[in-house]
Amino acid sequence: MNAYSNAVETSDLTCIFGDFTAVDKVNFYIPKGEIFGLLGPNGAGKTTTIRMLCGIIRPSHGDATVLGYDIRKHAGEIKKQIGYMSQRFSLYDDLTAAENLNFYAAIYGVPKSERKKRIQDLIDQSGLRGYENELTESLSGAWRQRLALACAIAHHPPMLFLDEATAGVDPVSRREFWDLIYEMAAEGISILATTHYMDEAEYCNTIGMMYQSQLVALASPDTLKNELPGLLLQVTCADPLLGEKIAEKVPGVTDAAVHGVLLHISITDKQVVPTLQAAFSQAQNQIIDIELIQPSLEDVFINMVEDRLHKNGHQKQGGV
Amino acid sequence: MERMWTIVRKEFYHIFRDYRTLAIIILLPTFLLILLGYGVSGDTTDVAIAVADLSKTDASRRYVEYFTSSDQFKVEYDVLSENEILNLLDHESISAGILIPENFGSNLSIGKPTSVQFYVNGSDPSIAQTTNLQLETIASMATQTILTEQLTRSAGALGLSNLEMPIEVHMKTLYNPDGKSKIYMIPGLTAMVLQVQALLLTALAIVREREQGTMEQLVVTPIRSWELVLGKILPYLAVGIFNTIATLLVAVYLFGIVIEGSFWLLVLLSTIFVLGSLGMGVLISNISRTQMQAMYLAVGIVLIPAIILSGLMFSREGMPWVTYWFGEMLPITHFLIIIRGIMVKGVGASFLWSSIQALLILSVVYFAASVATFKKRL
Repeated sequence: MNAYSNAVETSDLTCIFGDFTAVDKVNFYIPKGEIFGLLGPNGAGKTTTIRMLCGIIRPSHGDATVLGYDIRKHAGEIKKQIGYMSQRFSLYDDLTAAENLNFYAAIYGVPKSERKKRIQDLIDQSGLRGYENELTESLSGAWRQRLALACAIAHHPPMLFLDEATAGVDPVSRREFWDLIYEMAAEGISILATTHYMDEAEYCNTIGMMYQSQLVALASPDTLKNELPGLLLQVTCADPLLGEKIAEKVPGVTDAAVHGVLLHISITDKQVVPTLQAAFSQAQNQIIDIELIQPSLEDVFINMVEDRLHKNGHQKQGGV
Repeated sequence: MERMWTIVRKEFYHIFRDYRTLAIIILLPTFLLILLGYGVSGDTTDVAIAVADLSKTDASRRYVEYFTSSDQFKVEYDVLSENEILNLLDHESISAGILIPENFGSNLSIGKPTSVQFYVNGSDPSIAQTTNLQLETIASMATQTILTEQLTRSAGALGLSNLEMPIEVHMKTLYNPDGKSKIYMIPGLTAMVLQVQALLLTALAIVREREQGTMEQLVVTPIRSWELVLGKILPYLAVGIFNTIATLLVAVYLFGIVIEGSFWLLVLLSTIFVLGSLGMGVLISNISRTQMQAMYLAVGIVLIPAIILSGLMFSREGMPWVTYWFGEMLPITHFLIIIRGIMVKGVGASFLWSSIQALLILSVVYFAASVATFKKRL
């Protein structure tokens, strides 16, 4: 096997379809045994990035290596050593769970002598024992997901790509799925996962946020949250809708948004709090509780996107 | 190589797991041949006619008998006027009518020429043509006989003992002497059924993987394109050979068609034909994203031309060169000549060499092109 320190390394990885740039100069790396999460809305370029790394699409510009192999020159070698699972859980419905496993093990070139034992191990590992002879079409979404994962790792790949692999599965099963992923990472398998569930991003060692074909942020989840400028207040008040309007007029408030019965207010610094409280009492909107909270990744992401929109807006105005 | 067999094995699971697929693949071709075979084997017998015999003489009755004594015509209506015949033709109750004038018998008895009027429904040219031909043949035969009788009678008066026609025509029809259309059509239908089967099965089998998303998975595996496409084709080649033998057995045992030539030569050449058709199926799948697109392309580009331009139903002589060459590009055009040659004429490979060559070249080209251009992709 190739010697490599980073499972994935990209430099200015770009993919252009006609006059649409799907992936624009993306740079990141994934150290061996780490979980890297690629976040972003649909159409941000996550899937295209994965497909380039898997050797399905040739990049238009830039380079990347996977497991030390150049994606342009050694796509064949890469395909032998990676596992790939997409949200479609590509399984054959009219084959049993064990037959699907056997099929993919054979396609990935697991030697015949090892295959039987390998499949038994995979069935145990993924908790499919008892279901192995069921037709795949009769399995529930969560079981299909486990089976799809088992198929994707039938050849013990050192690198695993998960493209929206948890879409459409209930939260408990998603949790169990991530437990499996953690176990694999602990065994030294490197993982690149895309998702748009922000809670899942918390499981990752590093997060890359993609927006409009570009990588707009790259850091650990905690760093991203700490780097969010200003502070975030969670306010419980008599009339949150009115509160939103009041808060927006207070100097030093950057953003106010209603979250259910709660009000999230972003402020530049602590000095703003007394002014805010005064404005609320003046409007006779009683504040029941006010506390400083840790921003979630969702807040980080929304902030990032709004920042981008502002910048683009300014650029456009500047151009006129 | 082992990956290819893995695909083959999986493909057989698909075929045998779903009893509907199994029925469509195994039974439908045979069923189709039985259905179509009975549809085309009805030669034009018992064509309904109306007779208006205004003469009502012994001579006129004997004349009508010439037509009814063969099993080609059947007098469904005895009428009294031309109008009634026309009326029956309007209602599609009859295909032809015969009007014998009042003076028919009297004129004949005194040796004077007389006339008979035929009416034929010409709306379907092919039926009208056969009916015309049969009417004319029988009529001239009747005229000839009557003439001979008259001459013999006068010859007797002249003292001559026997009178013969100056030229006696001997007609010998080779191959299918009874002119039964089923002997000609059933080999053609066998070819057509194999064509439909081979073309659609592969096209759909490949596009289905794309539709259900498993192609996305296969694309990221180390399997090579040729392993995948051969793995997809081989099971359907086996199915095609099975279908060939099954349909030939139906032709022989149900329709009583005697395969004049070599059965195994026919199976071998059918296999080559199926291989070419499978290749065309893969080519269609290469440009289709959904099973519906594949279906429409198969029907539009191959199947309908295969019915109209291949010589299955219409003669290819006299086709404009564009249509002619389109037909030449279809393996079935050449296979039809081969299967009819072997089944009906009983000729061997050396007599069919130019068609076999064309079939071989086309099949190899389509097959090779399909394997070469097949790229595992989304």
